[in-house]
Amino acid sequence: MKVFEKSPSFYQVFERKSGPAKEATHYCPGCGHGNAHKMIAEALEDLELTSKTVFISPVGCSVFAYYYFDCGNIQAAHGRAPAVATGVKRANPDSIVISYQGDGDLAAIGTAETIHAANRGENITVFFVNNAIYGMTGGQMAPTTMIGQRSATTPLGRVAGVHGNPIRMCEMLATLPAPTYIERVCIGDSKQIMKARKAVRKALQIQAEGKGYSFVEIVSPCPTGWKMDPVTARDWMTEEMLKVFPLGVYRDESGNREEGDWHRHYEGFDPAKVNPYLDRLKTSMTESEPVALKQDLNCKFAGFGGQGILTLGLFLSQIGMRAGQQVSWFPAYGPEMRGGTANCSVNLSSRRIGSPLVDEPNVLVVMNQPSLDAFEDSVVDGGTIIIDTTIVEGKPDGKRLNAVMIPATEIADQVGTPKIANVVVLGALAAATDAFTPEFCMETLRSVIKKKSLIEMNMEAFRKGYDFVKNS
Amino acid sequence: MTDNTAVAVPFMEVNPELCKGCQLCIGVCPKSVIAISQKLNSASYHPAYYTGQDCTGCGLCFYACPEPGAIRVIKP
Ligand SMILES: Cc1ncc(C[n+]2csc(CCOP(=O)(O)OP(=O)(O)O)c2C)c(N)n1
Ligand code: SF4
Ligand code: SF4
Ligand code: SF4
Repeated sequence: MKVFEKSPSFYQVFERKSGPAKEATHYCPGCGHGNAHKMIAEALEDLELTSKTVFISPVGCSVFAYYYFDCGNIQAAHGRAPAVATGVKRANPDSIVISYQGDGDLAAIGTAETIHAANRGENITVFFVNNAIYGMTGGQMAPTTMIGQRSATTPLGRVAGVHGNPIRMCEMLATLPAPTYIERVCIGDSKQIMKARKAVRKALQIQAEGKGYSFVEIVSPCPTGWKMDPVTARDWMTEEMLKVFPLGVYRDESGNREEGDWHRHYEGFDPAKVNPYLDRLKTSMTESEPVALKQDLNCKFAGFGGQGILTLGLFLSQIGMRAGQQVSWFPAYGPEMRGGTANCSVNLSSRRIGSPLVDEPNVLVVMNQPSLDAFEDSVVDGGTIIIDTTIVEGKPDGKRLNAVMIPATEIADQVGTPKIANVVVLGALAAATDAFTPEFCMETLRSVIKKKSLIEMNMEAFRKGYDFVKNS
Repeated sequence: MTDNTAVAVPFMEVNPELCKGCQLCIGVCPKSVIAISQKLNSASYHPAYYTGQDCTGCGLCFYACPEPGAIRVIKP
């Protein structure tokens, strides 16, 4: 019996995805990313590679590939997936590393990484979804956009003399001596899809055998960006795109390469050899005995950009590290970054930290009004909420929470500059949680503040914040 | 979902909640045994469905479909 069904290389339920439809992808109807995902998942399963695969998601519509693949996942900065893949593969030569990228990612902002990873013959597999447009950002011209094709940035159609010609990545990369396998496939009809499945499998097989760099370009539809219905999009792709992007194998050296030839693992990655260099980079932080924490601190600090929210998190992290705790610091740049707000999550724990995110803080610092509205309810019962009353007018629920109201910005201004309100808050935090002595915190600050002329001002700011809470 | 072991003839099935109504499966089916429903699913798509006879279990619709979990084909 043969059953065609969802591959076990996919998560059964896409828990990481927001919204109600947790078993459907976020892709538009008829989008080629889904087909590409299915082919990769199937090949990983058949070759029994899923459990040792690290999938690098790009920036683009497939940025959320980590919702779907039940393997290791990393999401890279725009265009940098092959660089991240290089690092992962060299540090873990036995893993299977996939760099999955769109045409904007791979052939525009990431052209350099693409070419150099290929030129080094990294033993990774690149899947290149060429849909001739920037899908995610709303259909702008991509390097692979066709001559005459309309896009948001070429409303009258792409013109060679103005915008350049569509770039053919397979042909370009095939001029390099290092790559092992380069093929261009398409998913326009069943025959093409069957060929594409084979190419995907072969590329992964080559990597698994340590035979070097493999690259599969998948000519793929973006019905939304092209403003076509899914069926018309597949037809247009087959009729028009394949004229410019001919299908075929552009290089296949897999028969001539020895298994294991292209493993790249350098002794330089031996931590014992690297650590001395890192030690030299460390700040001259004063050594100290570990300090026991009464309880884990799960903190969220939130306010406007420019208030030193992220630095506040770094300072607390430094204090925690010096006290011998496990520490994580995680800045969040949500869409609200545009409104100029910033927040960061800091964990201090005596145990290893699983996730750097803090969804339910036991300490919340609020330095602007929107942050009070956004995060107050997330604080655990009995948690501490520290509010800069110079800026925030609202009041938190004083029954449920330990509310610390402090005019931090005003105090900082009196000390010398409103910019060090974050250090006043740090003093208040130390007093309200009793996690560390003020002396210990101030000693740490002394060794981490870079501008020595500002140290005394910071000491005073900290002390004022600390005393304000202790005396009130 | 239908129990795999209980079937004697090939068939395909669509999970109507996961289908996005793109109709790509319809175009590739050599037997023309897939159709689009008049009903809407909760994501406001008209899902595809198996008309109930003559599926050969070739699996082409499965590979044409972009959604990982929308189509299942069984060939006994
Ligand atoms: C450094 C940086 N520059 C620009 C962007 C905006 N951006 C997001 S996706 C994208 C293009 C994606 O196009 P493509 O790689 O073709 O992927 P698709 O969405 O079509 O799958 C751009 C320019 C960004 N997120 N980061
Ligand atoms: S915009 Fe294009 S590439 Fe992005 S999900 Fe929609 S169809 Fe796919
Ligand atoms: S398995 Fe083949 S015959 Fe059956 S519905 Fe799908 S495409 Fe048609
Ligand atoms: S190809 Fe998949 S998503 Fe598209 S109509 Fe058919 S079952 Fe639905």
